[in-house]
Amino acid sequence: MSEQSKKYLIQMKNVDKYFGEFQALKNINLEVERKERIVICGPSGSGKSTLIRCLNRLEKHNKGQVFIDGNELTDQIKDINAVRREVGMVFQSFNLFPHMTVVKNLMVAQQLVRKISKADAKQRAMHFLERVKIPEQANKYPIQLSGGQQQRVAIARALCMKPKIMLFDEPTSALDPEMINEVLEVMVDLATDGMTMICVTHEMGFARSVADRIIFMDLGEIVEESKPSEFFGNPKNERTKNFLEQILTH
Amino acid sequence: MIVDFTLIAESLPIMLKGIGITFQLLIISGFLGLILAIFLLLMRISGKWYLSFPAQIYIYVFRGTPILVQIFIIYYGLPQFGFIRSSILWSILREPMGCAIVALSLNTGAYVSEILRGGVLAVGKGLIEAGSALGMSAYQKFVYITAPIATRIALPAYSNDVISLLKSTALASTITIADMTGIARTIVANTYAPYEIFISLAIVYLIFTFILQKLFGYTEQYLGRYTKREG
Ligand SMILES: Nc1ncnc2c1ncn2[C@@H]1O[C@H](COP(=O)(O)OP(=O)(O)OP(=O)(O)O)[C@@H](O)[C@H]1O
Ligand SMILES: [Mg+2]
Repeated sequence: MSEQSKKYLIQMKNVDKYFGEFQALKNINLEVERKERIVICGPSGSGKSTLIRCLNRLEKHNKGQVFIDGNELTDQIKDINAVRREVGMVFQSFNLFPHMTVVKNLMVAQQLVRKISKADAKQRAMHFLERVKIPEQANKYPIQLSGGQQQRVAIARALCMKPKIMLFDEPTSALDPEMINEVLEVMVDLATDGMTMICVTHEMGFARSVADRIIFMDLGEIVEESKPSEFFGNPKNERTKNFLEQILTH
Repeated sequence: MIVDFTLIAESLPIMLKGIGITFQLLIISGFLGLILAIFLLLMRISGKWYLSFPAQIYIYVFRGTPILVQIFIIYYGLPQFGFIRSSILWSILREPMGCAIVALSLNTGAYVSEILRGGVLAVGKGLIEAGSALGMSAYQKFVYITAPIATRIALPAYSNDVISLLKSTALASTITIADMTGIARTIVANTYAPYEIFISLAIVYLIFTFILQKLFGYTEQYLGRYTKREG
């Protein structure tokens, strides 16, 4: 555990990722400090999901190093689940457990992974359901909720684990437009609270107001990395300019 | 032709004496077959070729040969081997009932494991990833996510297999077992009235099939309660 990798909550050094012959990530270097809020954007297939999935080892990188809070993610890692429970993840498709009620969805990993008693798990679950403003849905099944509500439950489920980092992979892109804001509000609330976050999103309003840094990816590379004011006001790279033109005129 | 209702009335109660045997065959083989199926399934999805390959061979052999032939091999074939007769298995395989239960269990186990595997494969990959992202172990993900969802998905096909097993129990009558079919065959041999007896027998099986269908129907509704929006 080097001093440097301990300083950053997340550190990626020269990371390559291949799917067979295809190189999905090319020499990725990324450092994230505590409480930093990063937005990643870029065209479809540019490797955004692959990048954040390498951070909780849903994908294994092939070259380079990934550190989470000083722990290097390797095949030799003794307990990947000890790292994973510190890294919350929210998926585009919610991925709530359909056979459990909302409150059970929030309790199950607390009890199994954090070894918290049922009563405490339930109390914490209700606390976070209130935080995402849907305590009244606790005893429903996920299918009985709207998309926006389901995604808020998914965020609450991740928060129940008290993670140090939250990863969001296009959390609003499967939602109807009228539900996007209710989810973004929860994310802004989290950011204000000091959560370290990496969000893959094309919600540029959110990026502008919340992000400390915006990362633009294309063809598996980080093409540009800058503060929102610079990113929107004065993008340096041609590809970033083209992307912004496309997305902002939509 | 004239249907002899008195004959039906007289022979039905005798045939029904075989219910106990039929149910024993169904329930014991169904249970043992399910246990076997779960083992085969775990071997099959273990990702280790030395577990998965034998399971595949097993399933291929038992699905690829007639159940009647399997019963005959176990009943007539195995006792030919001295080492079988001197093993502890002999206390089971000496009895026709033991042979029938072994054959039916081995056979249904092969089918059910494939049914369960279909259920496991149909569980969304995203749900397993959500479990991983929460730090759940492989065992926890299987028990708390995969298994309950796969069970619901596999249930309709599984209920088919149980009904099919009920009908396969009739084959036990070919190795001297007095289940309902065995008794019916004896009555037919004595009365030369195959029409009345076998039709009544068929109706008895239909009634049991109906009951099984209802039971599984309720179970499906219960397990599927989270798939409907209202409620
Ligand atoms: N499991 C996989 N097997 C093979 N190729 C994959 C796999 N996952 C991703 N890829 C490929 O890697 C590239 C990057 O995929 P990734 O999902 O990271 O893109 P993305 O930037 O998240 O795109 P999107 O905006 O569409 O979600 C794509 O070309 C994709 O086809
Ligand atoms: Mg993606």
